[in-house]
Amino acid sequence: MEDIQWIVGLQGILVATIRLATPLIFSGIGLVIAEQAGVVNIGLEGIMLLGAFTGWTIGFYSGSLILGLAAVIIVGLISGLIFALFTVTIRANQIVVGVAFNMLGIGLSGFLYRTLFGREIGLLKLESFQSIEIPFLSNLPFIGKILFQQNILVYSSFVFCLLAIYVLYHTAAGLAIRSVGEHPRAADTMGINVFLVRYLCVLMSGVGAALGGAFLSIAYTNIFVENIVSGRGYITLAIVAFGRWKPVGTLIGALIFGLFYAIQLNLQSLRGIVIPYHVFQALPYFMTILALLSMRGRAIRPKALGKPYEPSA
Amino acid sequence: MLLSMEKINKIFPGNVVATNNVSLEVRQGEIHCLLGENGAGKTVLMNILYGMYQPDSGQIYYKGQPISIHSPKDSIENRIGMVHQHFMLVETLTVAENIILGQWKPWKNLKEMEKVHERIKNLGEEYGLFVNPNALIRELSVGEQQRVEILKALYRGTDLLILDEPTSVLTPQETVQLLNLLRGLADKGLTIIFITHKFEEVFQVSDRVTVLRDGQLVGTTDTAQTTFGELAKWMVGREVFMDLDRSKSNSKEVVLSVRGLQATDERGLLAVKDVSFDVHANEIVGIAGVSGNGQTELALGLAGLIEIKYDRLELCGQELKKITAKNLDRIGFGHIPEDRQGMGLILPFSVAENFILGEYNSEPYSHYGFLQNRQIINHAQLLVNKFSVRVSNVKEEITNLSGGNQQKVVVARELNRNPNFLLVNQPTRGIDIGATEFVYQQILKQRDAGSAVLLISTDLEEVFKLSDRVLVMFEGQIIGEVPPDREQIFKVGLMMAGKQVEEELA
Ligand SMILES: Nc1ncnc2c1ncn2[C@@H]1O[C@H](COP(=O)(O)OP(=O)(O)O)[C@@H](O)[C@H]1O
Ligand SMILES: [Mg+2]
Repeated sequence: MEDIQWIVGLQGILVATIRLATPLIFSGIGLVIAEQAGVVNIGLEGIMLLGAFTGWTIGFYSGSLILGLAAVIIVGLISGLIFALFTVTIRANQIVVGVAFNMLGIGLSGFLYRTLFGREIGLLKLESFQSIEIPFLSNLPFIGKILFQQNILVYSSFVFCLLAIYVLYHTAAGLAIRSVGEHPRAADTMGINVFLVRYLCVLMSGVGAALGGAFLSIAYTNIFVENIVSGRGYITLAIVAFGRWKPVGTLIGALIFGLFYAIQLNLQSLRGIVIPYHVFQALPYFMTILALLSMRGRAIRPKALGKPYEPSA
Repeated sequence: MLLSMEKINKIFPGNVVATNNVSLEVRQGEIHCLLGENGAGKTVLMNILYGMYQPDSGQIYYKGQPISIHSPKDSIENRIGMVHQHFMLVETLTVAENIILGQWKPWKNLKEMEKVHERIKNLGEEYGLFVNPNALIRELSVGEQQRVEILKALYRGTDLLILDEPTSVLTPQETVQLLNLLRGLADKGLTIIFITHKFEEVFQVSDRVTVLRDGQLVGTTDTAQTTFGELAKWMVGREVFMDLDRSKSNSKEVVLSVRGLQATDERGLLAVKDVSFDVHANEIVGIAGVSGNGQTELALGLAGLIEIKYDRLELCGQELKKITAKNLDRIGFGHIPEDRQGMGLILPFSVAENFILGEYNSEPYSHYGFLQNRQIINHAQLLVNKFSVRVSNVKEEITNLSGGNQQKVVVARELNRNPNFLLVNQPTRGIDIGATEFVYQQILKQRDAGSAVLLISTDLEEVFKLSDRVLVMFEGQIIGEVPPDREQIFKVGLMMAGKQVEEELA
């Protein structure tokens, strides 16, 4: 009896782990693509918030989550385009532009939500994405429930990761992306359009972040609250560094943080523990710092990361 | 005529005239040397041809047609290839990946690399350009990387190959190999433009030669019709100096004595392995070697700029446990660093301010923490005159000076302190012959005044011209010492390639 309770408890934590990792996988994989091409999109937090807001609002009004998702993707593309315009074409400082994006994202999503829904803050709910049970696989003992009874966005995030791996490491396009992040001038001399590659990669990070944010408001929960992303955009930056700028490492990083979030939620709900819940809430962030410290100096980051490309005149 | 560039003008922001109405004609199948001093405009002219820069005016005809080249993509399509002076290789990718970079449709699967490997091997056999297609670029030596650059052009099919100062990173032996290879390629019908500032190479390899000076065309001639002296005059605009006047060194007093020095490079790998040597007063010790064999780390270590380990180090009779800026300063240390713009100068500062770096906080330049401008300006004026730095106003930003004049500022500042130990690294890289001559004279003068000088240079001519003794550095070790006789240059070349001389000459 004791054993079974224990196993069910663990299973519950792992189910939550996957769900809590999903937004980080979306934003993380998108960021890996951009950083492999040499652009640090620090504006993830803001873009995630815009994604969460857009997905929920359009989904709520139209009653169609698919339409909501389409709008999220468009918002991701537009955000990416603007970010690329500033950082790639205008060659503004990527950190400054990123911070501006984050402030804009927080302000704009909060402002629009209040304007549109005024008094009913936090009360409105929509019909969120429901779990899809994959035939046969979902019946597997233990892991069936963890891996194969999740909603469509969870599955999509893993597909996104696989696609990124395929493109980056198994196609000529991937070679072009990696060369642009490592030595853009060399790529240029081989006839590669450095700007085009960077634009496309930043667009991918915009879409990834927007989807990651939307997951929180239309799949993980069914409400939008201000600052719903609560730092996940910043955590993504840490996860990607922890994952050595590679999709697999980033996936692992996202899962580890998903686990922290899940454990933290679980610990919070345990009665009889006197430690203030803030301590548990701080856990993922604390782990971020430890993770970054543990890899100090060993990281193999793309050499041109963060450096705008000055084309020849 | 394969290529004809007509009246090419290129002016960079800040009114830097890089090429001024330059015309160049290249015949099918020839090796055409482009000769000129540093800053003459050779690289810019060729980058225009390769599509890296857009000319302000001028026309290019290629294979009888007027063409416009907006990016390297266009030149690649026209079967023009270029080996840049700073290699354009992605270090984290393999040889084969670098070779096909940008040449495939984006969605092509990398599984098809197998065939590429096969073709690279075949090309390698055909031309004697052997490299392992699967090796990562960062694992290769500089010579091998150059082979990859040439393979890149051959692989995609090239009718006109440009090489920008390809021998500057090679040992004399590798240079001979490269020149032979190019001759072979030309015999097979490839047309080659070969950029250099070394006369010997012009005579060794080229059919014709074009000389540029200060962004202008001086002339084009058949190599067989010209002489060393004529080309030198074309290149410099006057007769060039040759050998330096010097007395024999005769000091017994050891100024610097190093035993078992070790240093690591940026990646944490051992770059200097157990190096020991002495430098005496009134002596110049030259360290020859191909760049990247630990010279940079040795210099930074001796200047106290990176941490090093050693068994014993004595400077001016004092044993130092640790090299710090402070104890170097006390002992009397001068440093002419390798990277003049990055380490020797602060570019946005004025000429006058650059003259007091290191002393800005002491009298008379500073009084209770306030800079004494009059003193600083007077001091600068004095040094500018003494070392004939060409500058209209010492308050001008130093970034506006030419490379040669910037280097004179560094030399003036360091020598003015009359150091007991002078560390000199690549003192004439990228500066014109006039300034080079001047720097040489100043270094010799400092030696004659009794300083101990350690000269690190990848330019063998320079090492032989200045040194009293020559040490050869290879893979972080000093593998031999030779006297600075001309006849020894070939032997040193072999040593720079890592050959133990005894076995080679036995
Ligand atoms: N990108 C650039 N911006 C401004 N000035 C440049 C640039 N590239 C070259 N120059 C200037 O143009 C002149 C010619 O340079 P270059 O062609 O590199 O000489 P070299 O004959 O040594 O190859 C130099 O005065 C150099 O400072
Ligand atoms: Mg050049």
